[in-house]
Amino acid sequence: MPVTVTGGQRCWQRRDRAAQLRIWLVWLVGTALFMAAWSFISAQTIWMFVWDSPAQAYDLASRMVNPRWDYFERILWPLWDTINIATLGTLLGVIIAIPIAFLAAHNTTPSRALIRPLALLIIVSSRSINSLIWALLLVLIMGPGILAGIIAIALRSIGFIGKLLYEAIEEVSNEPVEAIEATGASRMQVLSYGIWPQVLPTVAGISVYRWDINIREATVLGLVGAGGIGIQLQASINNLAWNQVTVIFLAILATVFVSEWISARVRHALI
Amino acid sequence: MTLLEVRGSPPPRQWRKQPFIVNPWVRWGLYLGALVYLVLAIGSLEFNWARIIAGMDRGAAFIAGFLKPDFTSRWQDIYEGFLESLTMTVVATVIGVLLSIPVALGAARNLAPLPVYLVCRGIIAVSRAFQEIIIAIVFVAMFGFGPLAGVATLAFSSIGFLAKLLAEDIEDIDRQQVEAIQATGASWLQILNYAIQPQVAARFIGLSLYRLDINFRESAVIGIVGAGGIGATLNTAIARYEYDSAAAVLLCIIAVVLLVEYSSGFLRRRLL
Amino acid sequence: MLTIEQLTKRYSTGDLALDSVDLQVTKGQVIALIGPSGAGKSTLIRCVNRLVEPTHGRIWLNNEQITGLRSRSLRRMRCRIGMIFQEYALVERLTVMENVLSGRLGYIGFWRSFFRRFPETDIERAFDLLERVGIEDMVDKRADALSGGQRQRVGIARALIQNPEILLIDEPTASLDPKTSRQIMQLIVDLCRESGLAAIINIHDVQLAMMFVERVIGLRQGRVVYDGSPAQLNAARLTEIYGEADWTGTAREEQDEQRDLPTSAEVIVPLIELPETGVGRQRVVGS
Ligand SMILES: Nc1ncnc2c1ncn2[C@@H]1O[C@H](COP(=O)(O)OP(=O)(O)OP(=O)(O)O)[C@@H](O)[C@H]1O
Ligand SMILES: [Mg+2]
Repeated sequence: MPVTVTGGQRCWQRRDRAAQLRIWLVWLVGTALFMAAWSFISAQTIWMFVWDSPAQAYDLASRMVNPRWDYFERILWPLWDTINIATLGTLLGVIIAIPIAFLAAHNTTPSRALIRPLALLIIVSSRSINSLIWALLLVLIMGPGILAGIIAIALRSIGFIGKLLYEAIEEVSNEPVEAIEATGASRMQVLSYGIWPQVLPTVAGISVYRWDINIREATVLGLVGAGGIGIQLQASINNLAWNQVTVIFLAILATVFVSEWISARVRHALI
Repeated sequence: MTLLEVRGSPPPRQWRKQPFIVNPWVRWGLYLGALVYLVLAIGSLEFNWARIIAGMDRGAAFIAGFLKPDFTSRWQDIYEGFLESLTMTVVATVIGVLLSIPVALGAARNLAPLPVYLVCRGIIAVSRAFQEIIIAIVFVAMFGFGPLAGVATLAFSSIGFLAKLLAEDIEDIDRQQVEAIQATGASWLQILNYAIQPQVAARFIGLSLYRLDINFRESAVIGIVGAGGIGATLNTAIARYEYDSAAAVLLCIIAVVLLVEYSSGFLRRRLL
Repeated sequence: MLTIEQLTKRYSTGDLALDSVDLQVTKGQVIALIGPSGAGKSTLIRCVNRLVEPTHGRIWLNNEQITGLRSRSLRRMRCRIGMIFQEYALVERLTVMENVLSGRLGYIGFWRSFFRRFPETDIERAFDLLERVGIEDMVDKRADALSGGQRQRVGIARALIQNPEILLIDEPTASLDPKTSRQIMQLIVDLCRESGLAAIINIHDVQLAMMFVERVIGLRQGRVVYDGSPAQLNAARLTEIYGEADWTGTAREEQDEQRDLPTSAEVIVPLIELPETGVGRQRVVGS
């Protein structure tokens, strides 16, 4: 109790002593952890470069302020590729993620002991590995190109969409499902009449949301050779052509804003 | 009765599910547009079947590597990579959280004057628009290779993520509670502490822990452009075709992601 | 003590909420401010502590002008004016004690308030007030765990711990059941009498107002249309304030002698038999 009476004087503290001590302890451990982590990083850092960074930044900025506008024509095609990678990758991801989500949700899975853990494992591995890493592997296997990018995006999206979707499926309200079951419908009919209508807006919302994220991700896949505007970015940086980098950055910025706007509009319309 | 006889029986009534987009022109236009887009997009793909078939061996080798991951021969690299990733994650999250608070205050329209609002929204927009890798490239160019560039990258991305969500929360707070504290003669900082913080703190802690999660996942890739962490180890292993080591790294990443996700979820539940 | 002169408020939307209001409140006077929805009652009391910025006009509290004060001196002025809100406006996630102590914020520095290190006298006073309003057992409950009546008591304690010179009260009973409403009104009136506090109470329930206050001000479309004792508030005057309606049972009969203000015993005892559904309201005053 934070209220104590000592010699007729009532005392109030926000927390009692034990809670207060716990909080101090958490702060202490947290600060110690942070300091340890920081000193580790500081030891790995060449501080001379860091002190030099304002000069570097200034240098970079001065090379960037003079954009090479005519370069814009050369990135239109890669931009189109980037959008395709994101869109087709999302589409592929959605198509694969939907059945997996149904297999993973405990109210729709055919087997809780066997198939559900497997589906969850797929979702977890897909979520844990960034699309860039997937792209790295895929480029190795199937050579550089847009296809590797699309599959990388799809592989990463499966986990994201699958997780949100199976959680949504598990939260569907049970009454309509039972009502459909009571009419003697088959399993697939229950899915398509009782559950699917309830999660359809969620599917659409999640997909569009992921598509917006995928546009951003697709801008860098080119760095490992998986197509899109990242290839031009890589090349420009390697040639220290920072005035081209500016143009690429601006193009990315514009694309991302448009995609975010579209995604927000669509999600708004779905609600 | 006679009428019916004259006209014969009425045609059976039709019923079809009403489509989501009611206007048929818009609906078919959208379908057509989507179809055209798909044809164009898929048409612009290039399949190099020879290369893909040639790569199948590698694919098989990689899957074999997954079945028999090699943790030992590169253990030192893996260990150091993870240590670096984890420290980067912790430091970057702390810095990101601390810096995101003032930015969020500035980006909340109900607190900040217009110029401050625009500046803070600008910071958020830039931070969110660029993928971590791109930001990492810029910071590597400034700070040189190493984990500091990674910390800067992750912190910068965290600011955009956290500040946007926190600012939205602040814009949604209950005004009455603020007015009540204002009416007691409290100063601006006291209003922040007594009326706004209690309303947004719990969710912000949850979001910060979630961001910790994301930062660890991102720390595994920014090493590819030289910003420290396990990504560099992975990149080297793949470049050297050491699939079994690469598989080991990937398995470790999955394990740590699960661990971080589980513990941050646990903390979130404990704290809220 | 509180003087309002030519107070006018036009919102940026163009609504003229107050139109040249003149008002004097003397020390220890408890005033009910009545009027139809949208008459400008809330706007008027919010102008007094400048939660709403007046368009025109001046306000004084004890010869100190409130209008025109700038940030720091405005905050100091707000310390002297207590406010009680309709929806209680407690900070939901703070405890009862923190909510009450937040009334002292204007008197202490930021860091002390940040670490919740309030002076002992404040804490002692908070305990006394919580006892006085009857919720001393709730000290460590969070505000969102309280019932409406309990919340309003916390709100009252928060306003009183400011040691205000005047209380501004915006519909204190609008979200409460009839019995609790009367208890809360009684509490407010008693507390004002105990410490000689003046108060302006916005209230929709005219009978309730007439039971407890010594002066009623009627507001209609931003203008004062009635200012006098509750005794003279007859059907004609109510019609002037609210518009045409059947006022039997609400207005006092003309021949009805002005009673003394009821004591708490008188009010609370008949309340016990009142049905708590709110339909029995009409009967109280007439009976
Ligand atoms: N923030 C605001 N912006 C614009 N107009 C407002 C605002 N607040 C109030 N008004 C307008 O001012 C007028 C008076 O409003 P006010 O809230 O003072 O009325 P009230 O007498 O308190 O009504 P109620 O009894 O319903 O609380 C109304 O016409 C209202 O529409
Ligand atoms: Mg009002």
